[in-house]
Amino acid sequence: MKTLFEKVWDRHVVVAETDDSPAILYIDLHLVHEVTSPQAFSLLRDHGLHVRRPEQTLATMDHSIPTTPVSSLADLVVVSDTPATRQLVQMDKNCSEFGIVLRGFSSPERGIVHIIGPELGATQPGMTIVCGDSHTSTHGAFGALAFGIGTTEVAHVLATQCLLQRRPQTFAVNLEGTLSRGVTAKDIVLSIIGQIGVGGGTGHAIEYRGSAITALSMEERMTICNMSIEAGAKAGMIAPDDTTYEYLAGRPHAPSGADWDQALAAWQRLPGDSEARFDKQVTLDVSKMKPMVTFGTNPGMVISIDEPVPTPAGNDAAFAKALAYMQLESGKPLAGTPVDIVFIGSCTNSRLSDLEVAAGLLRGRQIAANVRMLVVPGSQQVKADAEARGLDQVFKAAGAEWREPGCSMCIAMNGDVVPAGKLAVSTSNRNFEGRQGVGGRTILASPLTAAASALTGVVSDPRQFLD
Amino acid sequence: MKPLTRISSRTAVLALTDVDTDQIIPARYLTTTVRQGLGQHLFADWRYAADGSAKADFVLNQPDAEGAAALIVGRNFGCGSSREHAPWALLDYGFEVVISTEIADIFLNNSLKNGLIPVIVDEEIHRWLLDHPGVEISVDIDTLELVIPEHDPIPFNIDRFSRYCLLNGIDQLGFLLQHDAAIDEYEARTR
Ligand code: SF4
Repeated sequence: MKTLFEKVWDRHVVVAETDDSPAILYIDLHLVHEVTSPQAFSLLRDHGLHVRRPEQTLATMDHSIPTTPVSSLADLVVVSDTPATRQLVQMDKNCSEFGIVLRGFSSPERGIVHIIGPELGATQPGMTIVCGDSHTSTHGAFGALAFGIGTTEVAHVLATQCLLQRRPQTFAVNLEGTLSRGVTAKDIVLSIIGQIGVGGGTGHAIEYRGSAITALSMEERMTICNMSIEAGAKAGMIAPDDTTYEYLAGRPHAPSGADWDQALAAWQRLPGDSEARFDKQVTLDVSKMKPMVTFGTNPGMVISIDEPVPTPAGNDAAFAKALAYMQLESGKPLAGTPVDIVFIGSCTNSRLSDLEVAAGLLRGRQIAANVRMLVVPGSQQVKADAEARGLDQVFKAAGAEWREPGCSMCIAMNGDVVPAGKLAVSTSNRNFEGRQGVGGRTILASPLTAAASALTGVVSDPRQFLD
Repeated sequence: MKPLTRISSRTAVLALTDVDTDQIIPARYLTTTVRQGLGQHLFADWRYAADGSAKADFVLNQPDAEGAAALIVGRNFGCGSSREHAPWALLDYGFEVVISTEIADIFLNNSLKNGLIPVIVDEEIHRWLLDHPGVEISVDIDTLELVIPEHDPIPFNIDRFSRYCLLNGIDQLGFLLQHDAAIDEYEARTR
């Protein structure tokens, strides 16, 4: 009797774990980006090692790339010779030196690493997937075991296609019920983190299951798995089903023909056995959930849009520091707080369906005069698809900026920053102090809530716009 | 990596809970392509004001914390981003040990691979350490004991493999490379 996690784990054990040493776990797909890989490539160079499986390595540039149009990397070097640019140049060099195909600056397949893996069909059920990036959990939406690693481990995978790993425990998050209108996948995951806490998943691989999960699209499932790390979890997984297979069919890296049939048969054996046991369980009713917004400086400091900012229990220094940073007061409503910036983007919410939801609300309307709104598609493919549907026109007509793909204001490494003291409603995943810029204040929310707040110029319940 | 057996030091205390790696080393310093030199940016936004001056109220700017190699931190330290720059920055600054009741997974793994020793203690010992900044402690990686004033030696745990690597200065990449034949065999079997 095995869970989904156990099935995937067991299939990838090269050398079994003992008390004395961790398991050697085989990695099917390694995603690489410019920020967490340079020192790993240096390590390989220092040891005279090569990349064991370049064809199982998917490389792109996303974190420090500009979101304003620049025609080529060479041009970028001319206009802005910054450390960020030099890191992009180094990435280009590292990939060509080690024989890795780079979805680079001018590639139509470039985008945020967690957007392009699924989009290309490279992310598949039953795989082990790692990246020097904590939001690798996103890929778990396909029934893959996917998790973030450090740079030393990036070198391990480049050189050996393996990692030394202790097996985490398992945690079932059961989600039942039907979402009410205006409540989205982002609100589900924020509610989960609010319930179990930012350390609630530590040491565990979460499996999200139940009727509320099976009802979701792949893009919505990715939003949920994406933020597993915000609950401290090692990974977040969802059992593959017909929704998964339909999404994958026909994608460039997905199997086809007889290979597809064979793969499908294997994928269909992945869901956990009905009597499989988890180390920990929690059950939540999504029908009670409302649009969620964060008020503090970690994603567990979250309330529903109609609640007042909470009062801390006892003397909680971190809580007090968070409220002081956010310039918010206990007992006051968060809704109605003036907003300076609205950011729609990041690996949590920059897929086509996220942009469609936001555009749906903005169509034929104008954003408030006090708001700057950035819409940053997750990849070149998302951008092209959105433009084919005219979404770029909707955003621009409403007064928003339509940008080139990348991580952008989620991490503020590329010049897209929230200025000190300004308040952003953001569809990204981290409201840490300074995450979107030194002194910038972040409220995490769904694309729907973000778009509603852009229209009114204050933190707003999106349900007022839905009839 | 050089072998590590025992670390003795004074403590500095950063009591806040859920300190994320974006605080330990803000993202704008991640454009580096080397491991060295990040200590100057450790806790940059808490250490320095916008004009670059040191913030007097931050613990690392206080004379008592100078030279401390053991940092006592709140629960869930190192949560958030997987950036290995966080332990690199702590080590480069001069910290060799972090002590808490709970340390986030990826940060803990990254720390062990770089010789930054994570020590998990219970609430009571943690409370005592938070209340007594600047005490002399020692962490023995061989006996897995934490020695602090007014207490019997306190046992703690480090994964056995990581402990072995730390004590012997073994690079985990070398260990993996020794298993090349097993990896070949796995690939042949699953292809
Ligand atoms: S969008 Fe944000 S969270 Fe996602 S990979 Fe980029 S920086 Fe990390």
